[in-house]
Amino acid sequence: MWTWIHKLSSPRYFYDMSAKMIPWFALPALVIGVYGLYLGLFVAPTDYQQGESYRIIFIHVPAAWMSMFIYVVMAVSAAIGLIWQIRLADVIAAASAPIGASFTFVALVTGSLWGKPMWGTYWVWDARLTSELILLFLYFGYMALQSSIEDQRQADKASGLLAIVGVVNIPIIHYSVEWWNTLHQGATVTKLDKPSIHIDMLIPLLLMALAFKLFYAAMVLVRARNEALYRDRNRRWVRELIEKI
Amino acid sequence: MLKAFYYLMLRDMRLALRSRHELANPLIFFVLVTTLFPLAVMPTPERLQEMAPGVIWVAALLSVLLSLDRLFKQDYEDGSLDQLMLSPNPLVILVLAKVCAHWLLTGLPLVIIAPLLGVLMALEPESLTVLIYSLLLGTPVLSLVGAIGVSLTVAVNRGGVLLSLIVLPLYIPVLIFGANAIDVASAGMSVRGQLFFLGAVLVLALSLAPLATAVALRITASR
Repeated sequence: MWTWIHKLSSPRYFYDMSAKMIPWFALPALVIGVYGLYLGLFVAPTDYQQGESYRIIFIHVPAAWMSMFIYVVMAVSAAIGLIWQIRLADVIAAASAPIGASFTFVALVTGSLWGKPMWGTYWVWDARLTSELILLFLYFGYMALQSSIEDQRQADKASGLLAIVGVVNIPIIHYSVEWWNTLHQGATVTKLDKPSIHIDMLIPLLLMALAFKLFYAAMVLVRARNEALYRDRNRRWVRELIEKI
Repeated sequence: MLKAFYYLMLRDMRLALRSRHELANPLIFFVLVTTLFPLAVMPTPERLQEMAPGVIWVAALLSVLLSLDRLFKQDYEDGSLDQLMLSPNPLVILVLAKVCAHWLLTGLPLVIIAPLLGVLMALEPESLTVLIYSLLLGTPVLSLVGAIGVSLTVAVNRGGVLLSLIVLPLYIPVLIFGANAIDVASAGMSVRGQLFFLGAVLVLALSLAPLATAVALRITASR
């Protein structure tokens, strides 16, 4: 088992393996994404309260889910890298951060675009919006620390620890923001508090969530592949690879 | 072990007390920032009262942030941090001693000065007591969590901005509940919930943050 993990986690093996895996994630992501968008934008019924503008949830909600999911993935792989000294796990964590930050940004932008017709303003200090914004700052902190330490090994360890500290803090931040908001103005318009979502809306939503997950898997492999290549730029296997071309 | 805790704390406080101006700077900053706000808006008492919790808490947050550097920077530069790590005492205890010294010299003075600022900001007497309680529970958390950030960035050149980027998001829960407690007190309601929450965060930080700081210091020292 351990030898298998070590073989799998060697950058060289990963480099070959990921090349084969990327299409298996990227193609389904494209197909499911297009189909989900079609269902969401053309087939799903118009909402009786929000009209057509609710359709942004098919982007917004999966992006928001991904933003949190990726942070957890990042923290877990950083922990694996920190505890078992598996370099590939650090590579995955480092490769995930910009993708997660992008998803967070997408969720924020679509959320505020949605807020304009719904609440009449682009930004409300709503609990969810605020904690999403803080999540973006946490991603920025991770990326800034990662890039400001020159020694790669140490940068991985330091930013990995920060990711773990962040993951302990996220629930505290989330609930304190939520509490703060409810203490301030009582029950407000919370986006996801619809009684039960219509099945014709739910299916495209879940399809989009799946497509986003697959897209993330493909993207993280692409990025991790580059990162592994870059980090091992002075090693023999990379040199051999280049000489072959 | 207790002895090591005691002596390290004593050493840090002695060192800090020898450069008094450095000690005073965060406090002056705290007062100065708070003074800027009434100048920026029309200082009617109602408006000041409304702003006071937020302004005082944000100023306290920033002033602790500014003083965090002192926690490990000098020890890192002159090598005594490495010596500390070589000592047979558990690093967690030593970290705790340093954080305690830091809080006694920056957090506690803030708590003592804050009521004065509260008066300047037209806070009611009941709100003033709550202000003291909330700062008393909140500022140790700022020192404890800040220690993680400093220990990660102490080796980075010009790590100041980086430190604030890392640490400020982690301060948000303390800010929310600290300021909210005073807000609620001004409205004449019970503040127990907010203070209990701050206490819970303090206990959590006290038990976990020194561990994370110790790990971070070992990472920093491993180059």
